[in-house]
Amino acid sequence: MLDNLKEFASEFFVTGDPLILGAQVSIALTMIAIVIVLTYFKKWRWLWTEWLTTVDHKKIGIMYIIASLLMLFRGGVDALLMRTQLAMPELNFLEAEHYNQIFTTHGVIMILFMAMPLMFGLFNIIVPLQIGARDVAYPFLNSMSFWLFFWGAMLFNMSFVIGGSPDAGWLAYPPLSELSHSPGVGQNFYIWGIQISGIGSLATGINFIVTILKMRAPGMRLMKMPMFSWSVLSSCISIIFAFPILTVTLFLLFLDRFLGAHFFTLDGGGNPMMYINLIWMWGHPEVYIVVLPAFGIFSEVVAAFSRKKLFGYASMVFAMIAISVAAFFTWAHHFFTMGSGANVNAFFAVTTMIIAIPTGVKVFNWLFTMFRGKIQFTTPMMWAIAFIPCFVVGGMTGVLLSVAPADFQFHNSYFLIAHFHQVLIGGVVFGYFAGLYYWWPKMFGFKLNEHLGKWAFWFWNIGFYVCFMPQYLLGLMGMTRRINVYDFDMGWQPLNVVSTIGAFLMGIAFLFQVWQIAHSIKFHKKDTTGDSWGVGRTLEWSIPSPAPVYNFATIPVADERDWWWEEKERREQGIQPKAIPLEPIHMPKNSAIPFIKSLCWFTAGFGFVFNWLWIAIPGLIGVAICMLVRSFQYDTDYYIQVDEIKRTEAALRGAN
Amino acid sequence: MAHAASHHDHDHGHHDQEELKTFGFWIFLMTDCILFATLFATFVVLRLNTSGGPTAEELFSMPGIIAETFILLTSSFTSGLAVLSMQKGDKKGLIGWLIVTLALGIAFVTMEITEFVHMVHEGATISTSGFLSSFFTLVGAHGLHVSIGIVWMIALVLQLARRGITSVTKRKVTIISLYWHFLDVVWIFVFTVVYLMGVM
Repeated sequence: MLDNLKEFASEFFVTGDPLILGAQVSIALTMIAIVIVLTYFKKWRWLWTEWLTTVDHKKIGIMYIIASLLMLFRGGVDALLMRTQLAMPELNFLEAEHYNQIFTTHGVIMILFMAMPLMFGLFNIIVPLQIGARDVAYPFLNSMSFWLFFWGAMLFNMSFVIGGSPDAGWLAYPPLSELSHSPGVGQNFYIWGIQISGIGSLATGINFIVTILKMRAPGMRLMKMPMFSWSVLSSCISIIFAFPILTVTLFLLFLDRFLGAHFFTLDGGGNPMMYINLIWMWGHPEVYIVVLPAFGIFSEVVAAFSRKKLFGYASMVFAMIAISVAAFFTWAHHFFTMGSGANVNAFFAVTTMIIAIPTGVKVFNWLFTMFRGKIQFTTPMMWAIAFIPCFVVGGMTGVLLSVAPADFQFHNSYFLIAHFHQVLIGGVVFGYFAGLYYWWPKMFGFKLNEHLGKWAFWFWNIGFYVCFMPQYLLGLMGMTRRINVYDFDMGWQPLNVVSTIGAFLMGIAFLFQVWQIAHSIKFHKKDTTGDSWGVGRTLEWSIPSPAPVYNFATIPVADERDWWWEEKERREQGIQPKAIPLEPIHMPKNSAIPFIKSLCWFTAGFGFVFNWLWIAIPGLIGVAICMLVRSFQYDTDYYIQVDEIKRTEAALRGAN
Repeated sequence: MAHAASHHDHDHGHHDQEELKTFGFWIFLMTDCILFATLFATFVVLRLNTSGGPTAEELFSMPGIIAETFILLTSSFTSGLAVLSMQKGDKKGLIGWLIVTLALGIAFVTMEITEFVHMVHEGATISTSGFLSSFFTLVGAHGLHVSIGIVWMIALVLQLARRGITSVTKRKVTIISLYWHFLDVVWIFVFTVVYLMGVM
């Protein structure tokens, strides 16, 4: 009995690697510590009623952001491990197998469990405030999206301590990801972790499209809407068209592995190239999905800190929509070398180059917005300014890659690695940092320490260039991606050392940010104005920070672009807004179903990972029961009475 | 401006909420459309990869399929009749037609499962060839949608019996009938692309 148990445990848990053992111990200690702290301070009920069951978009947004920062930590540690391994030729810091796992999880985590939730966090907190809504269109579904993401991410992250991580690359190309080549459970974790969180992302896409189209404040026509909300709309349009493809593709791969189907296998009439086409039909729009909201953030930040209206509003809207549509016609540029033929390659090369045009339009819009503006160099603005040259260079190397014949040389080299890190870090990460710093006071009611933020900014930026510029050269020197060792005589060592130093500089930058957040929590100055930068232009800055649960006591008629800016000018001239009488506010009730149902999905996914139907089937039954219970619920909302609104507003405004 | 008018009352009353949910369901159907489009594309790519196993012509027996098709088309019609009864405020008619729709839906799923079981007994399983993998997945995905619709409709009939026709139940019936018609349209494509193109 004991021996059986030992044998089971040795296969179930990942053993034998001191790094992973360290992680296992620290995870166990952290979990015990969390339980002790929650119990000691009697916070379990608070956690459950205030957070786990909440349907408030602001709290859900905060949970997304916390989760994504934790994932940034994990993905970043993966990156540093890889860079350490590559710093010296023939180093044996990471075994080949472990290295494969780490580059796989680094990619998946950074895109799907860091960038996506950080993006959804900002969607959640800002969009309803910016368009003058009391919540998103479907608050219950919104909570469901979050918990599906959360449990999907947990399932994926578990793989490195239980069962073994996936190691077939971040997009898991078959036949490598098939049972024939990856017989372990790692790929199953990959499939189910992404599948579960992907359903949540799809639901978020639907939710925000409806929120933006149907719940804007009176008078706010689409062409008066703040630019961030436009970017969210264009991103969500891409989500609803791209994510169903991901769902199907992963499901087909699951059927191959679970039921022995022949979709992407080498034998039995399967076609691995079909998978690569399908996954990129999702995967290419996906990179635009994450970068479009960053463009929206830059538009807000640049206009606010230049104290000017955004230059070229209509062209910006046009550019965003053009990008979200054109994103669906470029997928084959990820595999020019597959042999689709010259005509197919030419088509996709041209569409790829065309995307550079609307992007260029946007860059000029931002530059002209700053032109002759009174620029304030606050941290959000610094990120926005640093983004422009970085993204332009990244975009231009992208155009180099889009030239199909030349791509035969660049393909799968470090040139490509440097390119996409430059657009994803320089575009997405810089953008979300700008947004996080800009809207932080709106979320929590205090600003982050600017001094420490500037240290973090410079470490990130210098680290970025030191890390990735050498990689372009390494790519041209022939270094291919996903290798874990190289010979002394390749001549790659000096540049690799430089690159590794850059990676650690970015690691230090992250530590500065952690310090910055901790420092600001302890020593912050409470913001009492609601418009904490003093330069807010849009609706979210017209209400107290953090916003009350119902957001707007009365919803203003926002019938001009930059409504709050205009309103402030009117108030300076002594024109007071017309008082609108308070009315009871209709709000959704909290619900435990999203949490429980997502946990059931997690259970089902866990069962499928190990082929344990006795766990998977009860999990699926749990999902079905949750759906039926919800269907029979009719008492799902309540009203906040006028007295209570008055009390809340007095308390919030009284601090003025 | 109709839009501003619809927001005139500041709290979103129940009526507004129901409209919002119907609109969102249309968008969900668009995503479901993409889901089926992906499955169709996969089927079209793999349909000739029989890998020495049975071909479409050898497997499909059209009379049963045509019967299934008519059953599903009729169920779409009866679900339409259910909505018409609802508009007239006729609760009995509504529940009655929903039950007829349910019966036809169950008949459809039963016939499909019988067809699948028959094929498996002939040795044509999901792991036989790329063609059969994509066949079972595409047709099965449609069948799974119909099955979910059946469970959902039963739940709805119970709610209607208990609560009658209210703005909430009205929206629920509207949504499920949208879903049901959508599955009908998908089936027409399945019938054409999978079965007719298979045997012709």
